[in-house]
Amino acid sequence: MKDEVESREDRVAGLKGMGCSRKRVEDARFTQGKGNYVDDLKLDGMLFGDFVRSPYAHARIVNIDTEAALRVPGVLAVLTAKDLEPLGLHWMPTLAGDKQMVLADGKVLFQGQEVAYVVAQDRYAAADGIEAVEVDYEGLPVLVNPFEALKSDVVLREDLLAEDGSIPDGAHGPRKHHNHIFTWEAGDKDPTLEVIDNADVVAEETMYYHRTHPCPLETCGCVASMDKVNGKLTLWGTFQAPHAIRTVVSLISGIEEHNIRVISPDIGGGFGNKVGAYPGYVCSVVASIVTGKPVKWIEDRMDNLMTTAFARDYHMTGRIAATKEGKITGVHCSVTADHGGFDACADPTKFPAGFMNICTGSYDIPTAYLEVDGVYTNKAPGGVSYRCSFRVTEAVYFIERMIEVLAIKLNMDAAELRRINFIKKEQFPYQAALGWEYDSGDYHTAWDKALKAVDYDGLRAEQAQRVEDFKAGKTRKLMGIGLTFFTEIVGAGPVKNCDILGLGMFDSCEIRIHPTGSAIARLGTISQGQGHATTFAQILASEIGLPADSITIEEGDTDTAPYGLGTYGSRSTPVAGAATAMAGRKIRAKAQMIAAYLLEVHDDDVEFDVDRFAVKGAPEKFKTMNEIAFAAYNQAIPGIEPGLEAVSYYDPPNMTYPFGAYVCVMDIDVDTGVPVIRRFYALDDCGTRINPMIIEGQVHGGLTEALAVALGQEIAYDDMGNVKTGTLMDFFLPTAWEVPNYETDHTVTPSPHHPIGAKGVGESPHVGGVPCFSNAVQDAFRPFGNTHTNMPHDHWRIWKTANELGLHG
Amino acid sequence: MSKKQHYKITVNGKEEEFLAEPRELLIHTLRERLKITGPHIGCETSHCGACTVTVNGKSVKSCTVFVAQADGTEITTIEGIGSPDALHPLQEAFKEHHGLQCGFCTPGMIIRASKLLEEIPNPSEEEIRFGMAGNICRCTGYQNIVKSIQAAAAEMNSAKEAAE
Amino acid sequence: MIPAAFEYYRPKDMTGVLSLLGEHGDNARVIAGGHSLIPMMKLRMADVPHLIDLQGVGGLDDIELSANSIRIGAMVTQHDIIDHNGLASAAPILREAALQIADPQVRYMGTVGGNVANGDPGNDMPGLMQCLDATFTVVGLDGERDIPARQFYEAAYMTAREDEEVLTSITMPIPAGGYAYEKQKRKIGDYATAAAAVLLTKEGNTCKSASIAMTNLSDIPVYSEEAGAALVGSSLDDTAIKAAVTAVLGDIDPSEDNRGPVAFKKHLAGVILRRAIERAWSRA
Repeated sequence: MKDEVESREDRVAGLKGMGCSRKRVEDARFTQGKGNYVDDLKLDGMLFGDFVRSPYAHARIVNIDTEAALRVPGVLAVLTAKDLEPLGLHWMPTLAGDKQMVLADGKVLFQGQEVAYVVAQDRYAAADGIEAVEVDYEGLPVLVNPFEALKSDVVLREDLLAEDGSIPDGAHGPRKHHNHIFTWEAGDKDPTLEVIDNADVVAEETMYYHRTHPCPLETCGCVASMDKVNGKLTLWGTFQAPHAIRTVVSLISGIEEHNIRVISPDIGGGFGNKVGAYPGYVCSVVASIVTGKPVKWIEDRMDNLMTTAFARDYHMTGRIAATKEGKITGVHCSVTADHGGFDACADPTKFPAGFMNICTGSYDIPTAYLEVDGVYTNKAPGGVSYRCSFRVTEAVYFIERMIEVLAIKLNMDAAELRRINFIKKEQFPYQAALGWEYDSGDYHTAWDKALKAVDYDGLRAEQAQRVEDFKAGKTRKLMGIGLTFFTEIVGAGPVKNCDILGLGMFDSCEIRIHPTGSAIARLGTISQGQGHATTFAQILASEIGLPADSITIEEGDTDTAPYGLGTYGSRSTPVAGAATAMAGRKIRAKAQMIAAYLLEVHDDDVEFDVDRFAVKGAPEKFKTMNEIAFAAYNQAIPGIEPGLEAVSYYDPPNMTYPFGAYVCVMDIDVDTGVPVIRRFYALDDCGTRINPMIIEGQVHGGLTEALAVALGQEIAYDDMGNVKTGTLMDFFLPTAWEVPNYETDHTVTPSPHHPIGAKGVGESPHVGGVPCFSNAVQDAFRPFGNTHTNMPHDHWRIWKTANELGLHG
Repeated sequence: MSKKQHYKITVNGKEEEFLAEPRELLIHTLRERLKITGPHIGCETSHCGACTVTVNGKSVKSCTVFVAQADGTEITTIEGIGSPDALHPLQEAFKEHHGLQCGFCTPGMIIRASKLLEEIPNPSEEEIRFGMAGNICRCTGYQNIVKSIQAAAAEMNSAKEAAE
Repeated sequence: MIPAAFEYYRPKDMTGVLSLLGEHGDNARVIAGGHSLIPMMKLRMADVPHLIDLQGVGGLDDIELSANSIRIGAMVTQHDIIDHNGLASAAPILREAALQIADPQVRYMGTVGGNVANGDPGNDMPGLMQCLDATFTVVGLDGERDIPARQFYEAAYMTAREDEEVLTSITMPIPAGGYAYEKQKRKIGDYATAAAAVLLTKEGNTCKSASIAMTNLSDIPVYSEEAGAALVGSSLDDTAIKAAVTAVLGDIDPSEDNRGPVAFKKHLAGVILRRAIERAWSRA
């Protein structure tokens, strides 16, 4: 029985709604080893499948001999493209309008490509079976450089040539060359080029955002189980978009969607790696249909790094024009995008280069032009957006580097150059030159706060002294101050221009309130560690006045969850969070009517207050949401159906635009190439803040992935297309020892179009972090003549920069 | 395939006997054979530490041990510390201080931390980061993991002092 | 991820081990901590039809300190080295180096014997043992023999130990003077980009003896006689250190890999060596 004199403050606190650092409900199972990940699933009679993979980057398949493999004890079947062809499943559509081989069909296009699928009693027998499959390859010339690929006679995609050898249009328009995929443009070409040609000052730079990989700690996998009795397929898997997977599986398999149940259980990190469909999923489904048994596929780490969707691999050239005083007048960005053997890029269909056109960044730039050419090479197919919205890491890196390059050209302080070019608060909503309408921002306030917090002027003074000391031979350590002011574009997105394979990028929430005052809400998104079960309950608690602790949040089962496009690109809070608020408001609207009925007043005479509806002007007359919930099941109210539930499918009117100001202070030993991060200050503005504890955790994590990418993490190939960084020995994942403590801060500029003003934050720290770490390295060498050095800034490359600048005496 | 041998291991206080090939990796014995799915697999080159368990009092990456080598040993996994009604201070602390997000590294992380706190009951931040460097996390950036371990250490030390 | 099948043995004594090695020849290998061998077997880069586990053989995991020498059994783990207070006083360089190997879990299992016997150019103990002028005792069916660490390494994964022999212990004189094990790596758990083991003794202000060995800069560890000689008799001024660096650069032969190109490794070798020498000198 609630204490009647409980203060309003206590009632609010008791809800654990928006704004409080509610502890996570997920933690109970994870800290006790009771998580439920795909590989934990064990079904009766379950088989295990795994791949024979090509050691070569480009080769014809002359023959596949499975005889010896079939004799290995425990091996039941070996599937090749020939077995999938009658089902039309030897190829599958990609999210980018291309198609990719499920199993090698005549040739292989990248090292590690799936050649055959061995189905066995357990993973040990499968491994032995894989060793016994004999494949004859005939090597073909390898193309690992996209610029060379665009000039080469070597045809990578013979399947995309017409019979007469001509090159038909691709999914995104005409193709200039047999290894060319698409050209995509945004902005105004001629006006921009004219502005640049006539500008006072032009800074030009070419930069490579290297190929890397999201590398979540849990690799990709699935369990496919065809129930032949009922004709129903159940597919558990590491899917960041379970409903989309269900629709795709239905389209390619012919099984109707109502007979397919896709379940994303607990997922051990996604970061974009688990958005698309992989051959392992398709082969497991086929194997289950063929054998009538559940079939599990769980890839190894090497499979994951070498063959699942990579990230980045953008060669970018920028020209930025400005007045002598530093006001930017135009930007031209041209990109060569390396997509590997198949364009399996996870982007909304109309955006083959994602949202690269956010590359005017946080700056008020009147005219801009972007052109992107996609190219095929003998590398793994993709890419995906690794902890970012589609291609936003590339866009933000581009502009945050170009601003630094311009600052050098103008001999200006880079913080000041940013400030004079920021979009002003009063300019929002701001129509950017490349097409997007930024919803809200107060960049100057955030920037000033950040620079003050780190004593920016003091840091520059210290750096100047360090340069003197270095030149005088008193120290061998340079100091770098890395700056970034990023604007993200997340929350894809409005159905009118955002779809994945034709499925509009709305999202959804369905709520059901139980008679005794607790609730269950199901969403079309799926957490991979972001804490949705905790935070979405907080949104609802504030909207409907029931305690978050009484609200179960469920995601990931397509049989029960309303259709949604899943979780990636920081879209959950902007889209599903909005749907949650809207569904909550529908609940509240009905609750209002019920309350009015119970209180015997008109609907308009009650008002919502935290956890109850009270009569206006007579607050002692109220009904709590608990009482209202029971009444929904108990009362026969004229004109109102029993029960208390609501669903909302939310089509966002726009993306949201979180932003942030980051400063990194680094000390670099020029003789060893070792950088030490002295300080990292991160100010994030994600609009309304649902759970500060979780936001802080997201920032720590995103910054750490940024540190990894900027300072060493790469997927590198040699000239023969061999992956040089295919294990965790060489693929840089920092340990607790390599990672500093971060200082987090914030401002709050709500999104005007979002029901709760929230913008999302999960990926901002990664988007802003990479250029900030990179700029710190570059800034350290600026006094000695560095304008741009490519990432990753691992020890040897930092050393090389120092060496080329003559710092080794 | 080779002939199966007879092995006996004690896991979380329970004796288990079974026939297995010597090459069976301990992580698979735990996860596949004994259905103890707390320890996870994150790599195959012994780097990530998601498979960490305690074997005869040592922190060990169970993906790099053959069940044959582990014959006769006593093993503790995440399932063997604390209980739903009486969580281990580390389990409480990780929740209190947001020391996990996706949870995949967490069993290995907590089990390793429990051993670290036996090695160094009152570790400095540096000792924590060094002592936990065999466990990779992709989500948290480690800062809150450090905080969680510090909080658990403080709790365990004060409980110890109170008991004395 | 899954190794090929093998027969597993856990003999109770060395005779059992040796007879199995004799019986199966190069189809058999011993396993100590397994943290070098098992990853190779999981990747199916090492094929071991007969695996002989040494953990059942007694007497291989002792640390013995006498007045003049230290004897470490092959099955002593890195963790044991770090934890042993007697060793920390007698030969602190061992502890300093062990702490820079791998990570805590691997150090619980990884043995000194495995680290020195494997012949992997990335391992830290080989160079360190050469610096310490250690001797490896190996035992075969013909009996025991001692091989100086400085003569043990022939090429990558090829050592003076015959296939049917087992390394059982490592003996070294108690080092005097200053010490340093300096290792640069990309992250914890990585092999060295460059590492230097240095022992120096001082008389007055003059270097009386110097022992220098480099790691992961050739296909074998590099004990540089010349580099040590360059320091002896000097006050460790800049000229002497430069001479030592020059000598080492003449002795190493690094290859390009993900850690960097040859030019970088050579430069870094010199930097690491200098820092090791300076640190050792400060402790001498």
